[in-house]
Amino acid sequence: MTGDTIINSSDTVLLRANGLTKIFGTLKACDDVDLVIARGEIHALLGENGAGKSTLVKMLFGALQPTSGSIAWKGEAVTIPSPSVGRTLGIGMVFQHFSLFDALTAAENIALSIDEATPIGMIAEKARQIGKAYGLPVDPDALVGDLSVGERQRIEIIRCLLQNPDLIILDEPTSVLTPQEAELLFVTLERLRSEGKSILYISHRLEEVRQLCDRATVLRHGKVVGECNPREQTANSLARMMVGGDIHRVEREPLAADAAAAKAALIEVKGLSQRPTGPFSVALHDIGFTVHAGEILGIAGVAGNGQSELFEAVSGERLQERPDIIRIRDNDAGRQGISARRKLGAAFVPEERLGHGAVPDMSLSDNLLLSRHATDRKVFTSGGVLKLISASSLTSAARRIISRMDVRKSAENPDASALSGGNLQKFLIGRELDRNPSVLVVNQPTWGVDAGAAAHIRQALVDLARGGSAVIVISQDLDELFEISDRIAAMVHGRLSDSVPIEEMNMERVGMMMGGADHSAPEAA
Amino acid sequence: MMFEAILLTVATAATPLLIAALGELVVERSGVLNLGVEGMMIMGAVCGFAAAQMTGSAWIGLIAAICAGAAFSLLFGFLSLTLATNQYATGLALTLLGLGASAMIGESFVGMPGVRMQSISIPGLTEIPFIGKFLFGQDPIFYISIALTAAVAWFLFRTKAGLTLRAIGDNHTSAHALGVPVLRYRYLAVLFGGACAGLAGAQLSLVYVPQWVENMTSGRGWIALALVVFASWRPWRVLAGAYLFGAVTIGQLHAQALGIGIPSQFMSSLPYLATIIVLVLISRNKRLTLMNTPASLGKAFVPDR
Repeated sequence: MTGDTIINSSDTVLLRANGLTKIFGTLKACDDVDLVIARGEIHALLGENGAGKSTLVKMLFGALQPTSGSIAWKGEAVTIPSPSVGRTLGIGMVFQHFSLFDALTAAENIALSIDEATPIGMIAEKARQIGKAYGLPVDPDALVGDLSVGERQRIEIIRCLLQNPDLIILDEPTSVLTPQEAELLFVTLERLRSEGKSILYISHRLEEVRQLCDRATVLRHGKVVGECNPREQTANSLARMMVGGDIHRVEREPLAADAAAAKAALIEVKGLSQRPTGPFSVALHDIGFTVHAGEILGIAGVAGNGQSELFEAVSGERLQERPDIIRIRDNDAGRQGISARRKLGAAFVPEERLGHGAVPDMSLSDNLLLSRHATDRKVFTSGGVLKLISASSLTSAARRIISRMDVRKSAENPDASALSGGNLQKFLIGRELDRNPSVLVVNQPTWGVDAGAAAHIRQALVDLARGGSAVIVISQDLDELFEISDRIAAMVHGRLSDSVPIEEMNMERVGMMMGGADHSAPEAA
Repeated sequence: MMFEAILLTVATAATPLLIAALGELVVERSGVLNLGVEGMMIMGAVCGFAAAQMTGSAWIGLIAAICAGAAFSLLFGFLSLTLATNQYATGLALTLLGLGASAMIGESFVGMPGVRMQSISIPGLTEIPFIGKFLFGQDPIFYISIALTAAVAWFLFRTKAGLTLRAIGDNHTSAHALGVPVLRYRYLAVLFGGACAGLAGAQLSLVYVPQWVENMTSGRGWIALALVVFASWRPWRVLAGAYLFGAVTIGQLHAQALGIGIPSQFMSSLPYLATIIVLVLISRNKRLTLMNTPASLGKAFVPDR
């Protein structure tokens, strides 16, 4: 399938996987996957969510055992029963999530994955040296829970480099970085490549794969569907390989200048400050914005800069000190709870789908009632104070949402946890859209959602706004914000920048705003 | 010598709490909540008493108590770690089982004279006024408890194994991803907790009151559990809390003996109140407390295959 002849020579091949298959129950997460990684190359692993990228990588790293298939490392067949064996062989992994310990310091986190008993004091010194050499500055004594996502990633990379690996696996490394931080990371990676190390680079950001990677392997539904040199491809052709078809592009009429400002302000936030709620939560400082009928305000920012706290404040999960801090359709809502705010015409979709947006073990229609019991009491319940649930109107509403949002499901009225991430997210957003809210606040609308579903959701948000509602989208995905927003503001350290109209916005500027450097932005609204 | 006598009784009252709490501290730092401290403690008390009574050696009693506590904790470990049962329910069951089983084992020992563990005596030092007996003339378990505090603090914060243990308690999924044998660490921690609880029980039946009385732990296991939380999982704070509790217990007994006109029920509740108030004040820094709290406490870990 590869065409390249050089990679078949045994001194240039670092790792060769043959027919790797992993079966979970009835699901084939990886199906007969072949992968060849040469020495000194940056090899991209492309695929949508659920394509089997993580499963494949976990098998290479020793965190999962393949059901069948073999791995050859430097020309010799190996089995990798555990991550520590993988590390000893020279395979290092930088995780995207869940592998640092918040309550420990940076040096302690690094010490944990180093097998020999180096004293912790020495590790701090070594970490400082490696950090300096590769342009990854960190403070070894800082508590990880206090660090930004970019700093945490540096710790992960240093931790990996300290073991002097030959192959470094990076899982979606730039999804949590500002564009400027990502550029710094690329410099580090290119430097590692020039030292002869190989990098397996997992990403769904096609432009950076084209910029950085030497070769790419594309997975779909657990199978390899293509191998290519990404520099010879376009972002579109790569996307088609990943998805297996064309992706719907969001259609969005640009907003006429001053058209939105002339319309009614549907939600106004003024002077919102709030103390942190937990040890690792962020304080909010003097946040203010206004969104008018018909427009979408995009809020960018690296995770952990107060976006979740802002969402909780606006949705009414946390009340404000004064009623007039948040005004929804000219009503003071700052002291009102979620149901009261919903009754004013607002709707909210939180980031976490299972557990926050929906109760996993309840059916879709039950979950529908849970979010709309206050606003649609007359429709869904009867019997006065008894509030008997009217099953027929609930199921018909659920059916309406399911067909409108094209939710794919296996049963008539399945439990929320039985749906895939993308389909559940479509249902949760459809649940709010079904009310035709005048204000919609949504946090990370397409996080972990496949491309087709994401396009559907984005189009629905744009249509809602153009229909006369005010929409606030909080997202880490800059491409998404550029695609749908009319104005973009950025959150950094619990503060919100002024918003900038999309016509005046570019990647560099939003990156500066996310880093807290842009103070020149004119007030646009 | 009133002062010295009070000091000694305070130490005797504080020691079992300190030992049991140190054991539980290590267990909880690994992310496991064992509510069976009371049950393991009373098993230690009855087995220690019985072994000492039958052999005439307090030391054999001590070792028997440690083994009994550890063996009993292994039952908890098998259920909650290997079978991943609910830790709260399993711990409570362990306490109930321990109280019942100890009463059955100890039935024939009720009212029998026990073997007291002798206090040490160093000529020249033990006779120093005021502090001589406190520092150099107590029973061996007292010295073990102090050494244990230092050892646990050193282990947790100065060794790689201690660091790994804390990491498991903070996030067992990440620890597993790093290749740490999560369950092995937790088993060892649970065993250590059981051994400590057993030792604390032996202190009651070999030093505090050298005889067997049914239910003689009278809630000390629960106090130890509370001490761990209020001391925000820090060994030296556990020591401070245990001695505070001991001091107020003894102090209120003396106050009652002097006939102060305060209802005795209130006086008896004073140690609990005082300990809680002081430890709450110490751990007022919410951020620091939450950071020391093992984030995966009480959650079952099932490795994926």
